[in-house]
Amino acid sequence: MIAESASPLLSVSGAGHHYGNRFGCRGVSFDLWPGEVLAVVGESGSGKSTLLGMLSQRLNIDEGSVHYQTAEGQMTDLATLSEPEVRRLWRTEWGFVHQNAAEGLRMHVSAGGNVGEPLMANGARHYGKIRARAADWLQRVEILADRIDETPATFSGGMRQRVQIARNLVFGPRLVFMDEPTSGLDVSVQAKLLDLIRSLVADLGLAVVVVTHDLAVARLISHRTLVMQGGQVVEQGLTDRVLDDPQAAYTQLLVSSILKG
Amino acid sequence: MLAEPRIVYNEGYLDEQTKRVVRRALLKGIAIPGFQVPFASREVPMPRGWGTGGVQVTASVIGPDDLLKVIDQGADDTTNAVSIRQFFERVAGSESTTRTDEATVIQTRHRIPETPLAEGQILVYQVPIPEPLRFLEPRETETRRLHALEEYGLMYVKLFEDISRYGHIAKTYDYPVMVNGRYVMAPSPVPSFDNPKMHMNPALQLFGAGREKRIYAVPPYTSVESLGFEDFPFEPQQFDQPCQICGSSGVYLDEVVTDDAGGAMYVCSDTDHCTRAASAVGFRASRTRGEWDFPATGTGTEGAVQ
Repeated sequence: MIAESASPLLSVSGAGHHYGNRFGCRGVSFDLWPGEVLAVVGESGSGKSTLLGMLSQRLNIDEGSVHYQTAEGQMTDLATLSEPEVRRLWRTEWGFVHQNAAEGLRMHVSAGGNVGEPLMANGARHYGKIRARAADWLQRVEILADRIDETPATFSGGMRQRVQIARNLVFGPRLVFMDEPTSGLDVSVQAKLLDLIRSLVADLGLAVVVVTHDLAVARLISHRTLVMQGGQVVEQGLTDRVLDDPQAAYTQLLVSSILKG
Repeated sequence: MLAEPRIVYNEGYLDEQTKRVVRRALLKGIAIPGFQVPFASREVPMPRGWGTGGVQVTASVIGPDDLLKVIDQGADDTTNAVSIRQFFERVAGSESTTRTDEATVIQTRHRIPETPLAEGQILVYQVPIPEPLRFLEPRETETRRLHALEEYGLMYVKLFEDISRYGHIAKTYDYPVMVNGRYVMAPSPVPSFDNPKMHMNPALQLFGAGREKRIYAVPPYTSVESLGFEDFPFEPQQFDQPCQICGSSGVYLDEVVTDDAGGAMYVCSDTDHCTRAASAVGFRASRTRGEWDFPATGTGTEGAVQ
């Protein structure tokens, strides 16, 4: 970890993506360090998901740059990568957890097949070993062993989300993008899932960029928080600092809008 | 009295420009073994799904000097096979044969002949669904990308699911193959029994999918490997008993129901092979389905086998 920390995993400077002549997000700059969890918060339409799409190369970087430190230790400008290279990163180094598990899973392929797919995509060709790894990961996300052959279509929302997380961690990624991983789940399931994400991320030393509109999520799992409004970053800093002592007017509004019971 | 006007067809039914289109696609397919080449599929006088892709490929490679054999499920005498053969006799002026070893062009649905093919022969497959990833990934744009980037993890997911569910790879036809170590290809719905015959075959193998507008090819002596896992390798189908007409073993057998009491016999699906093997052992000189001597089994079975 210490040796790796000499340079950031992801270095974003002045990055922006536009839809037609309107920018989804613009002028975003930050560094993400290995093992760090960064929360991106903001209201609906503030450009959070656009930023995540851009970082994970699902959307173009239209201005500025995003540099990523590959497993070989090279800082690479993501915009210069070819499609096969980007897809290799998706397969081997990056995970992406969607808000809706149906987007990230094959709903009519068994849970074991879903978790095993990234291994097979990376060239694993031994059924017994693939299945054992899939079973191990399903157990780590607390899916009962006897449900490995059932499809996510038969699972509850929380279980689907856990299968999706297993599928994204099974190949040992270095960086995981999460888009609202807990919204759409009921409150008790949210809490359990966040707890699970937090412990897995800590165990594996993963770097995570998590997009959320829920400040409690940011508080619970992130080290640093980036607040977005209208496609711009209005404030960033340590999560506790941003939430306890918000500087920007918008952040103050956001923090004060939390219902306290 | 007016004489009925004689319809004159262009040789091979298709016009010369269309044949050029198809031949260009064929050449591209041969140059990139296993790659699906899009082509402008034309109307031919039979419904899509009845082998229009195969007919267009055959029409583009056949000439008056060729000897054409057409098989459907291995048989030369089924409706589809007979009508396609007659079609080419009429529009290409080519001779027909049922003998695999004599034919120069063989159009097939669902089988590869038992008699080994030789250099110079062309085997034309009728393909219903050319995309091996189709039922796993519905988007054509995405499957093309997966082929282009050689991302075949998905294909193994299908095999993985089979093993999880049934304890073995349950796919017995259209079993996916890797051609020349590069492209995963659907070998059309031939039984997996026939898959090993495609590997390093001296004949040229052409695949035409009329409805889906795709052509692909396996040139002679090209490696065709059936996919599998290290601990669950590909296993072609096996048959325990020999053919009950000609006594051949190690051939693909059809089950023919003989009565309504569960009786059945197993016979070669390749009628040409069966006829010749039978005459070689002096068993039956010819094989016509209506001629079989079935044991008398009482009422209700007369006329059941046509």
